[in-house]
Amino acid sequence: MNIHEYQAKNMFRESGVPVLEGVHCKNVDEALSAYQKLGRGTVAVKSQIHAGGRGKGTLLCPDTGEVRMKGGVKIAFSEHEVGEYASNILGNLLVTKQTGPAGKMVRNLYVEAGCSIAHEYYLAMLIDRSANSLLVMASEQGGVDIEDVAENDPDAIHRIWSEGKNGFTESQCLELGSALGLVGESCSSFSDLVVNLGELFIRSDCSMIEINPLVRTENGGMIALDAKVSFDDNALFRHPEWENVRDLSEEEEIEVRAKETGLSYVKLDGDIGCMVNGAGLAMATMDVIKLYGGEPANFLDVGGGANEDQVTTAFSIILEDPNVKGILVNIFGGIMRCDIIANGIIAAVGKLGLSDPLVVRLAGTNVDEGKAILENSGLNIHPADSLAEGAEKIVNLIQEGF
Amino acid sequence: MSIWVGEDAKVLIQGVTGRQGTFHGGKMVEYGTDIVGGVTPGKGGMTVSLHGRVVPVFDGMEQAVEETMADVSVIYVPPPYAGAAIKEAASAFQTVRGSGLVVCITEGIPILDMVDVVDAMASYPDVRLIGPNCPCIITPGSNGGSKIGIMPGHIHRKGRIGIVSKSGTLTYEAVAQTTGIGEGQSTCIGIGGDPVQGTGFIDCLEAFESDPQTEAIVLIGEIGGSAEEEAAEWISANGTKPVVGFVAGSTAPPGKRMGHAGAIISGGKGTAAEKITAFRAAGIHVADDPSVIGQVLADALIEAGLRES
Repeated sequence: MNIHEYQAKNMFRESGVPVLEGVHCKNVDEALSAYQKLGRGTVAVKSQIHAGGRGKGTLLCPDTGEVRMKGGVKIAFSEHEVGEYASNILGNLLVTKQTGPAGKMVRNLYVEAGCSIAHEYYLAMLIDRSANSLLVMASEQGGVDIEDVAENDPDAIHRIWSEGKNGFTESQCLELGSALGLVGESCSSFSDLVVNLGELFIRSDCSMIEINPLVRTENGGMIALDAKVSFDDNALFRHPEWENVRDLSEEEEIEVRAKETGLSYVKLDGDIGCMVNGAGLAMATMDVIKLYGGEPANFLDVGGGANEDQVTTAFSIILEDPNVKGILVNIFGGIMRCDIIANGIIAAVGKLGLSDPLVVRLAGTNVDEGKAILENSGLNIHPADSLAEGAEKIVNLIQEGF
Repeated sequence: MSIWVGEDAKVLIQGVTGRQGTFHGGKMVEYGTDIVGGVTPGKGGMTVSLHGRVVPVFDGMEQAVEETMADVSVIYVPPPYAGAAIKEAASAFQTVRGSGLVVCITEGIPILDMVDVVDAMASYPDVRLIGPNCPCIITPGSNGGSKIGIMPGHIHRKGRIGIVSKSGTLTYEAVAQTTGIGEGQSTCIGIGGDPVQGTGFIDCLEAFESDPQTEAIVLIGEIGGSAEEEAAEWISANGTKPVVGFVAGSTAPPGKRMGHAGAIISGGKGTAAEKITAFRAAGIHVADDPSVIGQVLADALIEAGLRES
């Protein structure tokens, strides 16, 4: 789960990670009074969406598609500019390299005080799977894409690891600061920041925190100029407060709905809908569709113990996608029984109607009963014995313009 | 032989009185697994009936291990308590028997809890953890065998192929195909799809390599992390047995979690293409399509002189 920059900065502020003063705004009037409140100096007017690359993004009018403004993060020097930028941002679509061409509607704005920057750094905290610990990655090259740094100048990235679930020690952090060329006040300020960030990471069950850029100001202080925080979804049960920072409009509505019914769904760009049990087999099913010349429309794992209702919901979610021209069901029954899946398919088709071709591959527990149920249903279902056969069949059926 | 779990392993179920624990406990007994008891705090002294077999329930793991001398525990405990359940089991095995196997089925344990658990496992060097979020481990026997987890027992057959995978249903696919070409399995292990876990690919490969019953290995990976690349490196340096590999997720888009918590391509890393390249470089026989794992395995066995063409 991701949160907005302004929400992340509130958490930083409460945790002793220095940030500038700023105000969250929902409309132009609020932006203007924020400017007043921040002392009418130089401010940053920042679009709030759950995607990176905002500064280099483009704002488009949602109705006409025409360009409203280049850059989703602007420096304003006057009340007039604050008003102009805020109205170009709010209610418009921001397209960045992470949003895809459709962009994301901007509903939130952050107006933040300015500061004099001496240098920009990069800092990220995450979980290192193979070391089984927290990892901090930092670089003297801030404000740029860390993937580019990793590729072009890997030695410029410095790392420290925690001991298991403990945070970071002061001496580790001071050493990292020195590696970044920080001295004196700046180095100890950096060290405090990383120690506090580590405590925040653990206390709040984060899965990633990224600060890009982290800046050293002219007077030597360290400030998080940006803030990206992701939480570990698995820890939701002990963080009821996440409900207050969750912005459902930033999530794919259909993926949220799927999750509520216990399904795991990811929309893709192709035209063959798939319904599979198990994440690995669901991925493999997409791969095999592609191998036979088709394009999967989605990833959908119905889980280990789906019932008839869940199968119906899964079908309706697949069919909501207007690109879908055919469906491949691939079930390897373990705990999941094939006869239950077969009854679920029949119920779903009865309820939703189905004009597109449907290929069903069943294997495992109660496979014969499942196949018999489908065969006797009188529905136009194409059976398959293997995944490859199923994929080939659905691809051919769609190409023939069934 | 087999790895880690013998055909006659004595098994405890943590969370035995819960719906999942009771249901799968019954399935395990039905397969032939020797379930000797269960643990649910506060329900000690009760009994549960698992597919007709009545077993005692204990309040804690230490007492359960002392009284049953079990060597394996399988955990069906909800995510908020699963981390503590793993640590309790590991401590009990280390203290009472000096060794043991802990298998955790639970899906949805917070990552930081697992970081803590894996860290704690260092204090129990002779206890092995498999999982979490896995279908787990099965050693098919000549008559029954030991099924520990949630996999469908009936597709397995005793034999010489070791199978290790991050995915449950893909493991079943591989099992069914090995059985389909007339082969059987020594031990099958699902290590699970979580980013932080106990046993990894290399632990399994090492064990299969030194297990005389295992003559060839099927290794099934997926996008995310670098465990597949590390496994390929290990095979390059140490492997003597033929390995067949498959990697799921060639068509997965970057930045999207594909069901499993660990299955995500982040920052351009963890792609299927990288992993497949590493597999090929290590001499692994790669199946491009999971439907042909059986066929690729048959060819690899013939090439190694282990099967008539």
